[in-house]
Amino acid sequence: MKHTISVLFENKFNAIPRMVGLFSGRGYSIESISFGQGEEPGLTRATITTEGAEQIIEQIVKQLHKLVDVLKVVDLTYEPFVERELALVKVNSTPSTRAEIMQVTDIFRAKIIDISPKTLTIEVTGKSDKVNAAIGMLMQFGIREIARTGSVALKREFQGHI
Amino acid sequence: MKSGSEILVQALMDQGVDTIFGFPGGAVIGIYDVLYRTPQIKHVLVRHEQGATHAADGYARATGKCGVVMVTSGPGATNTVTGIATAYMDSVPIIVFTGQVTSAMIGNDAFQEADIIGITRPITKQSYLVKDVNQLSQVIHEAFHIATTGRPGPIVIDLPKDITMAKAIYKKINEINIRGYHPTYKGHSQQITKAAQMISNAERPLLYVGGGVNTGDAAEELRTLAKKGKIPVTTTLLGLGAFPEDDPLSLGMLGMHGTWYANMAIMDCDVLVAIGARFDDRITGKLSTFSTNSKKIHIDIDPTCISKNVQVNIPIVGHVKEILPKLAEAVKKTRSEKWLKQIEQWKKEHPLKYGSGKDKILPQRIIETIAKVTDHEAIISTDVGQNQMWAAQFFKYKNPRSFLSSGGLGTMGYGLPAAIGAKIGCKDKTVFCITGDGGFQMNIQELTTAVNYKVPVKIAVLNNGYLGMVRQWQELFFGKRYSQTILEDGNPDFVKLAEGYGAVGLRITKNEDVESVIRESLKIKDKPVVMDFFIEREENVMPMVPAGASLTDMIEGTV
Repeated sequence: MKHTISVLFENKFNAIPRMVGLFSGRGYSIESISFGQGEEPGLTRATITTEGAEQIIEQIVKQLHKLVDVLKVVDLTYEPFVERELALVKVNSTPSTRAEIMQVTDIFRAKIIDISPKTLTIEVTGKSDKVNAAIGMLMQFGIREIARTGSVALKREFQGHI
Repeated sequence: MKSGSEILVQALMDQGVDTIFGFPGGAVIGIYDVLYRTPQIKHVLVRHEQGATHAADGYARATGKCGVVMVTSGPGATNTVTGIATAYMDSVPIIVFTGQVTSAMIGNDAFQEADIIGITRPITKQSYLVKDVNQLSQVIHEAFHIATTGRPGPIVIDLPKDITMAKAIYKKINEINIRGYHPTYKGHSQQITKAAQMISNAERPLLYVGGGVNTGDAAEELRTLAKKGKIPVTTTLLGLGAFPEDDPLSLGMLGMHGTWYANMAIMDCDVLVAIGARFDDRITGKLSTFSTNSKKIHIDIDPTCISKNVQVNIPIVGHVKEILPKLAEAVKKTRSEKWLKQIEQWKKEHPLKYGSGKDKILPQRIIETIAKVTDHEAIISTDVGQNQMWAAQFFKYKNPRSFLSSGGLGTMGYGLPAAIGAKIGCKDKTVFCITGDGGFQMNIQELTTAVNYKVPVKIAVLNNGYLGMVRQWQELFFGKRYSQTILEDGNPDFVKLAEGYGAVGLRITKNEDVESVIRESLKIKDKPVVMDFFIEREENVMPMVPAGASLTDMIEGTV
């Protein structure tokens, strides 16, 4: 099962290699990992998506927590959480396909952020499956390059009743 | 203002460090210049940096203090890797200072440059590359704190040459506050209460004790619990000494070469209490059949150890020294009478045994003789393989921190330097290194260190002319094809070798000389002694659980 794990840590020298090395050294898989500055200077938040049996995931969470520089580890999988990924997709375009590409872009509420006589670059945001779907639809036009951020995620705070 | 080197040495003194094991070189020459005029710190010059790490490790295990190593950059640093990995696997606090090329040169493939932080990343608890001399004192004090608290472990501090020469004001750091590092010491009180109930209701309880009780200095607390609950105790290799083996409740060591009765007890108990142990594969044998009838309690300071290999019913994360007294207080006497009788019966029926060895010296007898002559009070260091297992089985340890051995990594070459470190740390103790003709040669250069510093370690070489444990496996599982395990013809003359180093060399080929030579070795107080015992060449370590087999499938051997 896929798990999304959020890690807040002090971004000291060697902290990121230790975190990544933990996965390779113990044979855990990383599907995606993203880093960015956290809520205060010096703190970084990593969002890791990984797969494994429950016992493995439990170990991953504990091992991450054991790292000296790590402040907080949350496996978001079992609680409501919001998740986004951003992808930039550069597709071939010709005068005859440009309109259709723009339609697909609209449907996914994506944006065209660059244009050249032969290409369009599209920015897609959303959950990973939406990004996958958008890329799938764009494939027919010929994809030149893709850059994806990997998931970033936070726990959903308000869980009110209707 | 002080130089980085002066700050380093001052910080070491403020940490109470009195001994460093090391080897100088270009990148640390400034630090050695400061050490030259610092008589308060004794620097032990080893002959290979691996020896320094093992010596610091032996020093740390025997004394409970943090071991300190100083080496230069590049090869000096890479030579420490095996020693660091050994300490990491066995949770030993050592701090390794490695020199590094100047900051501006890092990454340029400079002379004697190695990315030691990268190389040691998976085998250190934490590591630092000091980039600013103003951070140096903070880093050192933080490192000592991290190395010695929680689950202890080794730390590397990489010191670029320019940092050791730059100037700053030294600040002694008294309070360390690391936001992400708060090891749990007190166990959860409800969990302790539940565990106490489970133990009190047990009919066949068993304490399975690991190195954590030695590391956590909780032997006394363990004894109180065992006595109060009348609970038998078995220890792992690294748990030896945590519970006195002359106590009727002791079952000795369990696992691959554990006693028959310890392995039977672990398979038959109804409540298994793991204390500072991690269900290593050499302990559990085949996991799916391991102690399937028992409910399990697991006390450990490291949460990652819990439910890693074996699922437990009641985990308690915390320090054994905090938890065991609370547990002992809450445990009532168990209903273990019948169980203890059963164990007595097993002990009678399947004792540890070995042959009469009329013609040849049997290694087990050497161990028993060392134990007898030293009244089981000596500190024993070992290498890895048959010598290690016999030393574990037959010495009958009484004191915590008296058995020093590479349990996790299984490092040959550990024994001699570890013995030297232990003896330097515990001057009033007798220290024996029990080794084999293979392992002894892996760090034999440290004989010089022992001679130079007049460290009177006693080295018992169980010389069978084989890499004995591998040969044993080849005999039992590979049709006696002794592929690359025969050393005999290639072995040096250990007596002459010892003499060449300036140590005392003694050869023992007859049974009747074993005790007298060991007694004689105790009289030598100013230099190491190498006792070259020609032992029965194909003696095996028994009992034995074949790798991957169930603990009940022990081979007992024929005597």
